[in-house]
Amino acid sequence: MTSLTETDHGAASREEGARQVRAVPRWRRGLRPYLLIVPALLLTGGILYPFGLGLYYTLFDFSASKPRPDMVGFENYRTVFTQEAFWNSAWVTVLYAVGAAAVETVLGVAVALLLHRSSRVGRVLEKILILPLMIAPVIAAIIWKLMLQPSVGVINHLLTPFGLGGVQWTDTPTGALLSSIAVDVWVYTPFVAILALAGLRSLPTSPFEAAAVDGAHWWYTFRRLTLPMLWPYVLVAVIFRFMDSLKVFDIIYALTEGGPGDSTVVLQIRAYLEAIRFQRYSFGISYTIVLWAVVYLAAMVLVRYLGRLQNRAAEVSK
Amino acid sequence: MDMHVHDRRRFLALAAAAASAPLLTACGAGFGGDDKKNDGSAAADVTGSFDWKREKGKTVKALLNKHPYTDALIADLKTFTEKTGIKVEYDVFPEDNYFDKLTVDLSSGRASYDVFMLGAYMVWQYGPPGWLEDLGPWMRNSSATGDEWDRDDFFPNLLGADQWSLKAGAPLGQGGQYALPWGWETNVVAYNTEVFKKLGLKPAESFDALRDVASVIKRKAPGAGFDGMYGIAVRGSRSWATIHPGFMTMFARNGLKDFTVTDGKLKPAMNTPEAIAFTQDWAGMVKQGGPPSWTSYTWYQCSSDLGAKKAGMLFDADTAAYFQAVKGASPASGKIAFHPGPKGPDGSLATNMWIWSLGMNAKSKKKSAAWLFLQWATGKEHLRKGAITYNHIDPVRKSISQDGAYKDKMKHLEGFIDTFETVVDQTKIQFTPQAQFFDATTSWASALQEIYGGKNAKSVLNGLASDLASKVS
Repeated sequence: MTSLTETDHGAASREEGARQVRAVPRWRRGLRPYLLIVPALLLTGGILYPFGLGLYYTLFDFSASKPRPDMVGFENYRTVFTQEAFWNSAWVTVLYAVGAAAVETVLGVAVALLLHRSSRVGRVLEKILILPLMIAPVIAAIIWKLMLQPSVGVINHLLTPFGLGGVQWTDTPTGALLSSIAVDVWVYTPFVAILALAGLRSLPTSPFEAAAVDGAHWWYTFRRLTLPMLWPYVLVAVIFRFMDSLKVFDIIYALTEGGPGDSTVVLQIRAYLEAIRFQRYSFGISYTIVLWAVVYLAAMVLVRYLGRLQNRAAEVSK
Repeated sequence: MDMHVHDRRRFLALAAAAASAPLLTACGAGFGGDDKKNDGSAAADVTGSFDWKREKGKTVKALLNKHPYTDALIADLKTFTEKTGIKVEYDVFPEDNYFDKLTVDLSSGRASYDVFMLGAYMVWQYGPPGWLEDLGPWMRNSSATGDEWDRDDFFPNLLGADQWSLKAGAPLGQGGQYALPWGWETNVVAYNTEVFKKLGLKPAESFDALRDVASVIKRKAPGAGFDGMYGIAVRGSRSWATIHPGFMTMFARNGLKDFTVTDGKLKPAMNTPEAIAFTQDWAGMVKQGGPPSWTSYTWYQCSSDLGAKKAGMLFDADTAAYFQAVKGASPASGKIAFHPGPKGPDGSLATNMWIWSLGMNAKSKKKSAAWLFLQWATGKEHLRKGAITYNHIDPVRKSISQDGAYKDKMKHLEGFIDTFETVVDQTKIQFTPQAQFFDATTSWASALQEIYGGKNAKSVLNGLASDLASKVS
């Protein structure tokens, strides 16, 4: 009896729904899917319009001293690629991105593995770990600049008892680059750690239980189970960090302004100087377009690799 | 799976493109400037007798940099509004991003701000694209400008520094008046009297002596009770601002030039044998007597180190020392004295300067009201109050620099007035005016850092000159 009543209610409800749908005019029903994609279209337009405009500008010699520019075709790109400054900046950018992404990945995964062992301390550390991510990178760079100051900075003060108090962190090309990478690592390692930790917690438990039953060594379990299944998560973190590091501006500019010499002038800083500080707009934008192409290619390669890793992880978890 | 990857790929590609957007949009939605020069000035529309209330009820928008001059101005704005009936709305930005904001705003061709602060060097960048109103016609129109404003009361080298014909290499003091001097800084040496007394030192009269004194302080001061003290604070960051204070002053006193101008063509001259020798000596002075981590030093670190008794001397703007020297401002206050600094081989005290000026947006829709504001802000009444009640120094007006109340205020700073009066007539902009000034001086600072780092001065400066030659030609 109860079951019959529920069926009646269900049928009535379905009929009511159908009546409501019929009440909406067909043209409105037809329009609905298009309305739903309007926000996405606006967002895409907001991205593509300045991008297209930027591409267009690079075909001119537009600068503050030439507000009515001439079309120069690909001359700006030719100049970019024939400049020694560009190749220096490209090399510094790659060094920075590879260095920062590599160190952050290794440290982030290590931290995640330590925190994965559920403990009270681990749960507290998880909360603390996220703090550097709460600080704007430019603020972090300024704080680190003060801490790395050789005469009054806290780092050298702490190193003095070990006879290392005289280190001039950002005064040499190598020191400046390593210091910049260190600040990036301090800010973003928690990001990698959190992604890796989320990955670890979402891994299926059955393969590990089977390994434990078989008496597998922890290193074997880690190498043959944990790592292959974790790699897709780690690679997502690597993609984000590598792309972000290729585009770095704030940390380096606040810490070294690109110095000493040209040793930390990454592509974004070069673009900023050309477009904003020196007001050679077209030329500066050409730098950002080249950088965009580099980021795009890097992202494509890494994403393709990510797909392969995901397949391999799926095989392992079966 | 393929579709999945494809979607993510597109997402990531778009995300990467988005990263470029801020810089691209910063340049505005169209070719922003206007290279048409305004033949007829709006100043000609102002007729009749001069009246402060002429633009009553209007609002002027100002873009200001965070600075003691700005503090004095804001504190006195009520006086302006009472005098004219004009309201002033303002935005204040820190110096780190002030000029980026101003540049982007002006290049967009909008009239977001009617008036703004700028340095004399910025006239070389903002003047040629037609972003700055020529204030000459306003100054010359007696209907627009009251007699009390008194143009002749400005130090002529300051008024001339904001005047230019917009032609690269052409001397200043000719052509349009693109800004008005508001407050300025002359570059001299300030020193800690305690350490000088203890080590038996005297202010250096030559560059060689300056290097010696700096080196002696760095070697001996820490052992004489001045923990961690080094010899001389000068700027060293990779910025145009590193070149213009102490470095350019000493460069000019040695009779050196940044560019030579022949038949209107500029040729870099920072790589002459004399300039190479001087640059090497400067880098050597920093190594032997300068601060650790010099390549990150801006005016702020230099000034702070003098105040914190970490630097024995400062070769920079007199105001950078003044703000540490006033009573209670720093541990070194009361123990800072001023000196014109080393003379050149021929006794030259040629000194470079920085002038905070006020300019008007050529696109402003309220030029008459904006001119009244500029007139008031650079007038005797406000500037005298700023100098005496607040910290608006150095005065740009002769009458204020000679004012008894001003001299009384400054007399407790040992050597300040004497130093000012010694160098004021020889202080001018020592750079060659040209639109690529910021590129040239940023690259010059980078070269200086490389020489400090041990690279060969001749090859670095030859490389710099060769790079700049193509940019300024």
